[in-house]
Amino acid sequence: MREMILVALGGFFGAISRFALSKQIQERNKTSFPLGTLSVNLTGAFLLGLITGMQINSRLIALLGIGFMGALTTFSTLNLESEQIRKEKKYPIFYGYLFLSYFLGIILTFCGLLIGRRI
Amino acid sequence: MVYFYVGLGGIIGSLLRYSLAIIAVDFWGKGFPVGTLIINLSGAFLLGWITTHFVFPKKLHPYFLTALTTGVIGSYTTFSTFCLETVHLIEANEDILALLYILSSFLGGLFFVKLGSTIGEKGKREMRRTT
Repeated sequence: MREMILVALGGFFGAISRFALSKQIQERNKTSFPLGTLSVNLTGAFLLGLITGMQINSRLIALLGIGFMGALTTFSTLNLESEQIRKEKKYPIFYGYLFLSYFLGIILTFCGLLIGRRI
Repeated sequence: MVYFYVGLGGIIGSLLRYSLAIIAVDFWGKGFPVGTLIINLSGAFLLGWITTHFVFPKKLHPYFLTALTTGVIGSYTTFSTFCLETVHLIEANEDILALLYILSSFLGGLFFVKLGSTIGEKGKREMRRTT
């Protein structure tokens, strides 16, 4: 029960942070490339790797890992944006967005994990 | 104010993800991340469906729609956990499972968002005919 409250709390702030950050980043960079979602997803992936590597206790994992980072990052929006870009036939952006998300996401998580283990 | 609604949506989405992930581990164990895969693919489907079904004919208040899409569905699905689980599989030398996980998320995500929006479009057309 206590874990659920921590997940909910993390989820509340994670969702608001994603909404605010991705909107800010997207508005500042006038591009049809979904830089907002890419930025929050990569940041969240790196930070989840980092805190996992640091082996923080299970309550902090529930709050920061499952709650905050889980809600900060999103898989559904990544796919919705990709589908919209594909419909507009902007293929370089389509492939670039997917490649950068998956490739950098996994690499950055790995880096976060390695750095976290050394802290 | 819309920020607060997105946050509320985030609570619902995160708790749904957390509960489903626990149930999935009971069913399929910890070998392959079935839970996150089901969560992410179902979320992609739902987002595709909701954004086509509700957006253009304004059936829902825009705040409620943002809370539902960005808040609930956005927080229900997760990209960071997907990345972490992939790295865990690679570190456990489960290269084939890692590749399978990446491919099923990658191709499945695109397929299910498209499926959701196709069904949403169809529903919208039928509704127009009846009204």
